[in-house]
Amino acid sequence: MRLKIRNRPDFWAGVLFVCAGLAFGLGAQAYPIGRAGHMGAGYFPALLGLCLALLGLLLGWQACRAAAAPASIRRPDWRVAGIVLGSVCLFAIALPALGILPSVFVLVFVGSMAGHDFDWRVASLVGLGMMAFVWLVFIQGLGLVFPAGLLG
Amino acid sequence: MEWLDHLSLGLSVALSLQNLGYCFLGCLLGTLIGVLPGIGPVPTIAMLLPITYVLPPEAGLIMLAGIYYGAQYGGSTTAILVALPGETSSVVSVLDGYQMARAGRAGAALAIAALGSFFAGCVATVLLAAFAPPLAQVAFKFGPAEYFSLMVLGLLAAVVMASGSLVKAVAMTILGLALGMIGTDVNSGMPRFDLGFLKLQDGLDFAVVAMGIFGLAEIMANLEQRERRVQVTDKVGPLYPSRREFRESWPASVRGTFLGSILGILPGGGAVLSSFASYTLEKKMARDPGRFGRGHPAGLAGPESANNAAAQTSFIPLLTLGIPGNAVTALMLGAMIIHDVQPGPRVMSAHPDVFWGLVVSMWVGNLMLVVLNLPLIGVWVRLLKLPYRVLFPAILVFCSIGVYSLDNSLFDVWMLAFFGAAGYLWTRLGCESAPLLLGLVLGQMMEENFRRALLLSRGDFTTFLTRPVSLSLLIVAAGLLLLIAVPVIRRKRDEAFVEE
Repeated sequence: MRLKIRNRPDFWAGVLFVCAGLAFGLGAQAYPIGRAGHMGAGYFPALLGLCLALLGLLLGWQACRAAAAPASIRRPDWRVAGIVLGSVCLFAIALPALGILPSVFVLVFVGSMAGHDFDWRVASLVGLGMMAFVWLVFIQGLGLVFPAGLLG
Repeated sequence: MEWLDHLSLGLSVALSLQNLGYCFLGCLLGTLIGVLPGIGPVPTIAMLLPITYVLPPEAGLIMLAGIYYGAQYGGSTTAILVALPGETSSVVSVLDGYQMARAGRAGAALAIAALGSFFAGCVATVLLAAFAPPLAQVAFKFGPAEYFSLMVLGLLAAVVMASGSLVKAVAMTILGLALGMIGTDVNSGMPRFDLGFLKLQDGLDFAVVAMGIFGLAEIMANLEQRERRVQVTDKVGPLYPSRREFRESWPASVRGTFLGSILGILPGGGAVLSSFASYTLEKKMARDPGRFGRGHPAGLAGPESANNAAAQTSFIPLLTLGIPGNAVTALMLGAMIIHDVQPGPRVMSAHPDVFWGLVVSMWVGNLMLVVLNLPLIGVWVRLLKLPYRVLFPAILVFCSIGVYSLDNSLFDVWMLAFFGAAGYLWTRLGCESAPLLLGLVLGQMMEENFRRALLLSRGDFTTFLTRPVSLSLLIVAAGLLLLIAVPVIRRKRDEAFVEE
């Protein structure tokens, strides 16, 4: 019998849950398991991992049954996701190097590129506005401390 | 009259100048994000959590709660004026509210929504004050086995009420519980699943996770859709409902309030479900159901009252049992822990000022919202014209800085990006984020109670079934599961969520 995946989102969600379940279940083996009356650090996580993996299997099996409603996964927009997540990562890199205010500008400017109506003038203005806001509210108002960065 | 003492204590806390200020700030922010589509109360509360660190606990909680119920008001404003629900809970308000606005009765519709919400807020506050103490008394008698079963019931109920696949939602809850295991084990002091990162030994910060899976993931989802041009009704019209509109809307408000109050207490119910339920009820009760969807005041007043009542009564299980029923109260639970207010039945006796202050502030906040919203409608309408390309970079900044300032750690910023990606991925696979957050918040508590229950019973698993309270909680949980498995009910449930 050939396996036919009818409901793709369900099937891959099942795969995801099985992997996560195995990761937690097997990872828990590194800690003392103990027994029910005297549980070790690994007991509950192992139990959760097992449940998760079983549910994942159930989901994967259901997705392949003849009765499953056929469905496909909507293609992710890699450009949007990449830019949004990338800008946050860039912020994490820029913060210790450049200090808070330039990093905010970088985050806003790069992040804005994810929009379909990107305009560098608007993005710069929003960036400057957010810099002012962060300085006023977070630094002066709330007294949060950020790394000074190489530029001070 | 003991509860009079409580209310006066609450009044003295809620009416202090500082707390009034934070309540106002919370309501204002809540209305703001309620008006703005594309950002909801969950990421906002997560973003503001770090800021409340510097506040006293009651001020912080009052502000965060204000954001939640403020968002209900703001969401309805946009639903009525531009048929663009700012929040999912005001989706139904579009049906009749927008039609009223198109007929030139926008002002009256806004007034009906605001007054209905205010009435609901008042009743829900009284209910909270009346029912919380006896419920907490019950909770005091709970042992670890009862608590474990209660959490099972709470998590399952939250899942059953959610839309989409039941198996996926249960799996997401368990994934959340498992993620909650990351960090140092309370009993043995052993770090678990830290993957070699020192920072993970403190556990995953739920605020980071929430900002990632709600804040970032929502931005990505929104950006994929083309920006909708907003047609704003400039003519708001008189604010006073006509005699007929008033007569038709007040009974609906009363029914909506009680329906919402009951559904709000149930885990997972909350504002969204109750507004749908109330609309259905009003349509069933009306003599002329044909007018619904064409600007019937009852179709607006009922759901608006219901969602506000539910937003408030959803605090009852949180404040008395320490069990959050939805993502917002899960964040509030986290906020309480941050402020060393251990959630559960002891809140009332150990921190009466926090508890009663919060309860009364909800009433004060509702009053503020009516006063704030009706005259300021012009301002909110103008805010609607704020383009998303200005809004979303600002959200990015708030999320990133908020996450960093939690612990002054860059690691958390990386985690934000990680959970943003994860949230984006699993919504693509049709998995919901809210159950995961509930699981994450409850993970440690659930393990602790599971452990203690079995320690007390010397490893005998039947302890969950032999203790009557625990057994009945589990029977209800099993009943819920069975209910959803019955094909007829399942179809009904799917239908109910299709409208969403």
